[in-house]
Amino acid sequence: MAISMALSSISSSVSSSTSVGNPRRRALHLKTQRPRTVFLGSKVECGIRGVQHTDLSRNATFHSAKATLSELLRENTTSTSDLLLMHDEGLELYEDMILARSFEDMCAQMYYRGKMFGFVHLYNGQEAVSTGFIKSLRKDDFVCSTYRDHVHALSKGVPARQVMSELFGKATGCCRGQGGSMHMFSKEHQVLGGFAFIGEGIPVATGAAFATKYRREVLKDDKADAVTVAFFGDGTCNNGQFFECLNMAALWKLPIIFVVENNLWAIGMSHYRATSIPEIWTKGPAFGMPGVHVDGMDVLKVREVANEAIARARRGDGPTLVECETYRFRGHSLADPDELRKPDEKAHYAARDPIMSLKTYLIENNLASEGDLKAIEKKIDEIVEDSVEFAEASPLPERSQLLENVFADPKGFGIGPDGRYRCEEPGFTAGTAQV
Amino acid sequence: MESTALLQKVTAGMAFRGTPASLLSSSSASSHVARIKLGSRSVIRAVSRLSGLTVKATHLNAYGFGTMPHNSTALKTVNKAVAVKTETGSTATAQQGHELLLFEALREGLEEEMERDPTVCVIGEDVGHYGGSYKVTKGMAEKFGDLRLLDTPIAENSFTGMAIGAAMTGLRPIVEGMNMGFLLLAFNQIANNCGMLHYTSGGQFTIPIVIRGPGGVGKQLGAEHSQRLESYFQSVPGLQMVACSTPYNAKGLMKAAIRSENPVILFEHVLLYNLKERIPDEEYVLCLEEAELVRPGQDITILTYSRMRHHVLQAVKTLVSKGYDPEVIDIRSLKPFDLFAIGNSVKKTHKVLIVEECMRTGGIGASLRAAIMENFFDELDAPIGCLSSQDVPTPYAGPLEDLTVVQPPQIVFAVEQLCKH
Repeated sequence: MAISMALSSISSSVSSSTSVGNPRRRALHLKTQRPRTVFLGSKVECGIRGVQHTDLSRNATFHSAKATLSELLRENTTSTSDLLLMHDEGLELYEDMILARSFEDMCAQMYYRGKMFGFVHLYNGQEAVSTGFIKSLRKDDFVCSTYRDHVHALSKGVPARQVMSELFGKATGCCRGQGGSMHMFSKEHQVLGGFAFIGEGIPVATGAAFATKYRREVLKDDKADAVTVAFFGDGTCNNGQFFECLNMAALWKLPIIFVVENNLWAIGMSHYRATSIPEIWTKGPAFGMPGVHVDGMDVLKVREVANEAIARARRGDGPTLVECETYRFRGHSLADPDELRKPDEKAHYAARDPIMSLKTYLIENNLASEGDLKAIEKKIDEIVEDSVEFAEASPLPERSQLLENVFADPKGFGIGPDGRYRCEEPGFTAGTAQV
Repeated sequence: MESTALLQKVTAGMAFRGTPASLLSSSSASSHVARIKLGSRSVIRAVSRLSGLTVKATHLNAYGFGTMPHNSTALKTVNKAVAVKTETGSTATAQQGHELLLFEALREGLEEEMERDPTVCVIGEDVGHYGGSYKVTKGMAEKFGDLRLLDTPIAENSFTGMAIGAAMTGLRPIVEGMNMGFLLLAFNQIANNCGMLHYTSGGQFTIPIVIRGPGGVGKQLGAEHSQRLESYFQSVPGLQMVACSTPYNAKGLMKAAIRSENPVILFEHVLLYNLKERIPDEEYVLCLEEAELVRPGQDITILTYSRMRHHVLQAVKTLVSKGYDPEVIDIRSLKPFDLFAIGNSVKKTHKVLIVEECMRTGGIGASLRAAIMENFFDELDAPIGCLSSQDVPTPYAGPLEDLTVVQPPQIVFAVEQLCKH
């Protein structure tokens, strides 16, 4: 199999083609009759010998060989039947990324106009990761995110209106205005959050994957094969919950994919200053799962890896750790002055804008015309404008909403002095909660 | 001779710790008659002085202390012989039902719920093959399988989070902390996700999880294994907390907690696992929010929970012999408080003593005092008394450890002080 041979040859050919400093794009062509890859199902580690540590300067290039699919599967054909994706798929990806970008830009505008408050973390620049993974999921698959979750919710299918309302703190928001920017949940679209503390969502995602396995094996539901995707950043990869969950997921072969959105910065802390071994993908094999590094600014590459990892999880072969090298074009949050990142680093990644890359690819390969893409951009503009109007027009939550969701069973507020449950008293929701 | 008969009865009474009534019934009312205070050396001395015989105290004060916190009077003629009332409301009639130990009662409740609902599962360290470090889940892994009794690696924060994720997506997990203190490591998940996620998701996801484990001060387990976490978790909104104290309420509360849609923390106690009681054969589920009236009375309301219930009952025997009639309520629900039961009692007795094993600072007693003061201030004839553990890391040495926890003589003394009002 070409891939396992390629794997073993990786160690001898140290390549840094997708490391920092190389903006060249590679079109990714595959044979239509793709043989089943054993790469991600293989127990063989990535054949890497002697990974060298980078030095701690921020601009150091990776010396380790990275198992990117573009290196493994480089072919040279130009037939259209070999192209990675069809017209519709390309437009779908483009639309999703444009929605993400426009929505986040609108959030920034609304924030500075005083419509939303608190901590707002924008996803500009990282769209390829969200689109690449989530567009390959089914509706019943789970997504679990962090505070940078607007776009994960949007990609998963939560209507832009509901997300914008939530950000405005209105009662029509997806969480009734009670969650806010950092707590996007949707039962209908299986978005499990939205967590403010980093690392907090990874065990929750692991639990959703465990529930799938439980359904399959204990409740004997053959159709239970929902996959869970957990998104988190490079800073989280130094947190205990990350490692504990890698261990448990590999131990029990849970159908989960751990996606690291490595944008090199945790607020003002450079990844290289915080991490003894910056290659996060190497930590997967340490726990018994494949670790894959992918160019997170290229939606097609991400999508390819995502499809492979999702298929692997769905057939019951266990978890995968995917490290996406990506970048956020804005600061950590709208309150971040973003002074520590060097302009040339920003410029380098701006040149690798995932939306521009996809646009170029689609046009060069005649998968879409400028007109198609303009139409999509216009459509998205309208959707985003509409979401703002909807959010503006929506009512703020009533006072009676304050105590409504504290307990799923409001008997939890207890029995009052008069013998009735507090929740049964007529003026209860108008007052403050008393235990 | 009368003295010999009295001596026999004295030693018999002390050996059996029987009710004083049986001792007194055959004795004429005279200055020779003494109320046997169990463990009271001063009475033993008085009796031996009276009867001219040397009476050896076969039952010393269980705590090895020479002095009592109060000066007990030598002799007291008691006109009414009041037997200690048996516990009402909490046990079935004597001959029906089956007898078991508290940990077996927990297991019974757990098994019944797991049979009833296949989504109920247990997640924790050593709950499967090992059967639980306190044998609560013994034999269950063979019956239900390894996935329903999931042995986890030692990662409390993560497996509690995992249980929360599983609860959000349709399962009903029970997280066992091998010792409650270990759940301090899971505080992130318990506070942020368990308690708050239902709210921050706007009610979309429920978390019907039960978190349980043994806590409290044991027998010289050391500071870190002797923690009482109820005071730390009580501030987390969205959580319910209950504490069991007898096999009957352990089984009932376990079943109720599993069936509840809210996240519930069930506090068990290391020293209570071997309590034996006869419980009903038929299925029963207790109410999570209600308190339990252990002993009705008139003079004072004693509010307690978990192990301290048994210390209180021990003190009650002494108090009854001294002529007091305390009402004992096991509050069971640490959050929220059953203000109806508590309020009714306060309105009857007008004096309250809280006896708890929590630390003094910021404990359950502190919250309970505030709640009673807020709601029933006009009913009170005296300040609310609160006996809590000392704000001390539990020492290893036996006598020191006993000093940190409330003991029955302290309870007796406190009741006497309060009843002077």
